Amino acid sequence: MKEAHLKSSCPEQGRKLGLCLSELSFLGSGPYSLDIDPGECVGLTGKSGVGKTQLLRAVADVITHEGDCFLDGKSCLSLSPPDWRKTVAMIPAESFWWYDTVGAHFPHSELQSEAVNLLEKLGFSSEVMDWQISRLSTGERQRLSLVRTLITKPEVLLLDEPTSALDKKMARVVEEMIAEICSLNKTVCLWVSHDLEQLFRVSTRVFRVTPSGLTIERS
Amino acid sequence: MDVISLSAFDLSLAAMLLLMLAATSFRIGLGLEKRIFISGVRMTLQLLLIGLVLKVLFESVSFALVFIMSLCMLLIAGYEVWARQKRKLRGSTGYLISTGSMLVSSFTVTLLALTLMVGVDPWYTPQYAIPLLGMLLGNTMNGVALASDRLTTEIYNQRGMVEQRLLLGQNWQEASGDIRRDCMRTGMIPIVNSMAAAGVVSLPGMMTGQILGGSSPLDAVKYQILIMFLIAAGTGFGVITAIWLISRRLFDERQRLVLDCLSSIKER
Repeated sequence: MKEAHLKSSCPEQGRKLGLCLSELSFLGSGPYSLDIDPGECVGLTGKSGVGKTQLLRAVADVITHEGDCFLDGKSCLSLSPPDWRKTVAMIPAESFWWYDTVGAHFPHSELQSEAVNLLEKLGFSSEVMDWQISRLSTGERQRLSLVRTLITKPEVLLLDEPTSALDKKMARVVEEMIAEICSLNKTVCLWVSHDLEQLFRVSTRVFRVTPSGLTIERS
Repeated sequence: MDVISLSAFDLSLAAMLLLMLAATSFRIGLGLEKRIFISGVRMTLQLLLIGLVLKVLFESVSFALVFIMSLCMLLIAGYEVWARQKRKLRGSTGYLISTGSMLVSSFTVTLLALTLMVGVDPWYTPQYAIPLLGMLLGNTMNGVALASDRLTTEIYNQRGMVEQRLLLGQNWQEASGDIRRDCMRTGMIPIVNSMAAAGVVSLPGMMTGQILGGSSPLDAVKYQILIMFLIAAGTGFGVITAIWLISRRLFDERQRLVLDCLSSIKER
């Protein structure tokens, strides 16, 4: 186990750029520590039920946890919870929709060209905004959920199995799209998946989540 | 005109009807017969007891007695609201919230009615204070209980949606807003409907009682109108208070949805 050198000392490093998980522990798991540079994508894998999703949820601060997360040196606690979650955005594996149409879940103003662009890349025309939620397929929901979060331009993306309901071709499109966003906007990305090959494609480092910490899978 | 006094025999005839209902419930497997029986017995005993208590209370116009009596009524109403929720807030918080909302919905409104509207002297005259408070507690209790029960159940069932909204950067008020408004409507609609139906479809209980007791219908109607306004206002404010207090408890200081403060439903 090469856990020792993964220990992070981000709080002491002052205003280090990027995302930093410092001794994050929750529900009896952890502590997890990790440093991610701006524009870097890190992959997380691990047995089902080990707490990968919970780890992302802890980073997004929707479950109680010990330890802290820092973004560009600023503690999660220094921001209001909604502001933190807007900057450090998690896209859950199962997306939820509460209005009748797709469009009602998007900001009211006219769709920005970027949003249209994202939609087109993922195979939608802007007419999708009038579609009924109840008629969406799982894959459509997954892609639209990506767009819904991406248009808010978060600085950190926490992706939980973002292509689980997509075919290979569409999964590749999503992979390329995320990579482009990360390098263009210097977005930090934490990508959870069971598909090791995919993680090796999209990320610079891959870690295995265990109940007691992170072990490196490949760097 | 004096009211015709009911004999024990008259009452037992009516009780037979309830026994028939219990038997039917047993035959068709509703599983309600035990509860029907217990509730029936409870109701009879409670009302007989309260008859005796009221007799004592009315004879001595004592503020202390009226106060103790109304406090007991309030605490029991708070308990009833709390007990009717499928998923309750754990610990004493749930009970305190229920009682607090009943305080808002009934106590304050009754006080207002006694001092400003009825204007009886002294304002705590038990013949007015206790029945008014009782009417208000009994009627607002339904709304508050309905809304509280629905809130905890809905938030629990729709936790994925609420969390999704939190993840999209909404604050807890936005994330639970639709559910909260829905629950408030649920709590208020029965009383709004019964206002609409009053006199046309239903003759409200209090008015019926007054007319049977020999009051002129017009006097009875005026009191009923007063009561209806009070109940509607009390229910509304009580429901809003309860929903606000409960939903605040369901989110922690970092605006996370915390459902472990809710009791789990026992498996049957």
